[in-house]
Amino acid sequence: MNTVSNVKKSSDVGVDRLLHMYRQMLAIRLFEERANDLYTRALMPGLAHLYIGEEAIAVGMCEALDRSDYITSTHRGHGHCLAKGATPDRMFAELLGKASGYCKGKGGSMHIADPATGNLGANAIVGGGAGIATGAAFSAKYLGTKQVSVCFFGEGALGQGVLYEEMNLAQLWKLPAIYVCENNMYNEYTHYSETTAGEILARPAAFGVAAERVDGQDVRAVYAAADRAVRRGRSGQGPTFLLCDTYRHHGHHVGDISREYYRPKDEEQRWMSERDPIKLCEGWVSAEGLADGDTLDRMRAELTATMDAAVQSAMAAPYPQPHEVDQDVYA
Amino acid sequence: MLDTVTTTAVRELTFGEAIREALAEELRRDPRVCLLGEDVAEAGTAFKVLKGLVDEFGKNRIIDTPISEAGFTGLGVGAAMTGLRPVVDIMFGDFLTLIMDQLVNQAAKIHYMSGGAWKVPLVLRTTMGATRRSGAQHSQSLHAWPAHIPGLKVVVPSTPADAKGLLKSAIRDDNPVVFFEDKISYAKVKGPVPSHDYTIPLGVADVKREGTDITLVGTSSMVQVALGAATMLEQVGISAEVVDPRTLWPLDEKTLVESVKKTSRCIVIDEGYARYGVTGELASVIAEGAFYDLDGPVRRMGARHVPIPFAPPLEDATVPTEQQVVELARQMCHK
Ligand SMILES: Cc1ncc(C[n+]2csc(CCOP(=O)(O)OP(=O)(O)O)c2C)c(N)n1
Repeated sequence: MNTVSNVKKSSDVGVDRLLHMYRQMLAIRLFEERANDLYTRALMPGLAHLYIGEEAIAVGMCEALDRSDYITSTHRGHGHCLAKGATPDRMFAELLGKASGYCKGKGGSMHIADPATGNLGANAIVGGGAGIATGAAFSAKYLGTKQVSVCFFGEGALGQGVLYEEMNLAQLWKLPAIYVCENNMYNEYTHYSETTAGEILARPAAFGVAAERVDGQDVRAVYAAADRAVRRGRSGQGPTFLLCDTYRHHGHHVGDISREYYRPKDEEQRWMSERDPIKLCEGWVSAEGLADGDTLDRMRAELTATMDAAVQSAMAAPYPQPHEVDQDVYA
Repeated sequence: MLDTVTTTAVRELTFGEAIREALAEELRRDPRVCLLGEDVAEAGTAFKVLKGLVDEFGKNRIIDTPISEAGFTGLGVGAAMTGLRPVVDIMFGDFLTLIMDQLVNQAAKIHYMSGGAWKVPLVLRTTMGATRRSGAQHSQSLHAWPAHIPGLKVVVPSTPADAKGLLKSAIRDDNPVVFFEDKISYAKVKGPVPSHDYTIPLGVADVKREGTDITLVGTSSMVQVALGAATMLEQVGISAEVVDPRTLWPLDEKTLVESVKKTSRCIVIDEGYARYGVTGELASVIAEGAFYDLDGPVRRMGARHVPIPFAPPLEDATVPTEQQVVELARQMCHK
């Protein structure tokens, strides 16, 4: 237990896989940059909690999943949804409240859900996905489907009691649930050390849940840990807790601009320049000669075109009709 | 055995037995149905309502949980979304406070927030009703809470036959349904129950007794109170109609309004708190629909606005009684 995962070389995960993960991370980054842009230009209603800086976690985790596996996501959920297979056009459409969005415009940024990709839904209640993800793991076991269920949450959710009820249930019943704690160190505007007593990993350990600390900026390490957790889940050995160290580059939400009162500028600079998951990955790719610069440039150009087109189509898409307000309250 | 006769036989069952029969039939019919809750297996719940189910269906389907109401309710929500039809048992309705996020922010909204993509076919069985000398934290009737929330359905059966048919409908429904069982009724209320597989649709009220002078709308245990009052009123020449909405949502507004249009007077009786509660909603639905036929304002009787006290004479004073209904009805009918 508590082993620090130590993937040293990219070949440990395979070149194709690494490049695929790089591509996925970049897709999320470009998506989020456009979300930021839409928001700051007042084209996007509501709130936007950007995942920039944390991409390696969603991507490394989802790389180890099948399409039919389940995830629950959070208010900071765009990355999870994309990594699980959501398409950017329907994502942007939902962010803008358009009828062609994943939830027909009824969910918005914090509630993207999609049965086709096993996305049980992003959740605007901190810790809100814990029950749902554990329940999906329960049904997978009950029905013998071999699916696993991943619950993404920020370290702020460690303050929610229901999370511990769920981990207790998952361990008691050996459910294929994976609890992924994305520790970006800040519960909104408060450092987690001011809200979190004791050692985080001691909490899952108290239930006997297998737990690992993972470098959340190293997509290889996340993938390797995810792969172990998924195998454990599929083979009936029960849940896993992954504590991923990470950092959000932007504010808690797009409007959170003056942050010095809770987060030092030099800390931000350090994480952005030294610990950016995409730059780190680029470094390994070039140092190990896994792809040339042209390949990566082409990838970026392609993804940029896709994202721009997705924004355009979402902007052009119609809003839902007023009469739709009463639809979908009941099945 | 004469199968054709036995399968359509009508026996007397208690309210609790009827609920157990409904669950057993649904567990037999659909392998996706499972029961989750505290002491539901060998113990058969604190009220012994589920006694014996574990023997037939096993511990994989009748599942004892830790004392983690939010935990197993949330788990039920996720399981319902992903292919099961869980029936979650919350021992006392008072503990709804502990699961409100799972119920209100998760179960009720998932279908809508996802634009209809996900469904939550969950049944949450819980209890209501005072006068068991259980004190303030085990005696409340909080059925107004979920009834306030779009996305939830709320069932408040009053008879064994209704309980069976409505519970089976709830389990087959694709929405989260909160099913309130009156604790006193479990053993005390007996009635004829068909032994065959039947359902009663959610959203259809039942006229439990016909009358012409006044409508007594009762819910759950208050239906018995209304019926008792109606019998007493007959003696003084007042013909009371007793209407049981059976479900708070969907609500059969039409049957309520039609009855009051006929009788021109109405008392709504419910065991929840009267303030901001079920009685207020039913009374206003009736007033809106039958205003020009009403002889006077629709009157409400609910639990007194106090935490439910322990001492028997105090506790009894919190719940509407037949005598109180009779007195108010006589005043309203000037008899
Ligand atoms: C139950 C609940 N309490 C409070 C909030 C308000 N809120 C939204 S995000 C947030 C901080 C969450 O921090 P964390 O879980 O670490 O996620 P992060 O934003 O860092 O990704 C809070 C307090 C909420 N949405 N839900």
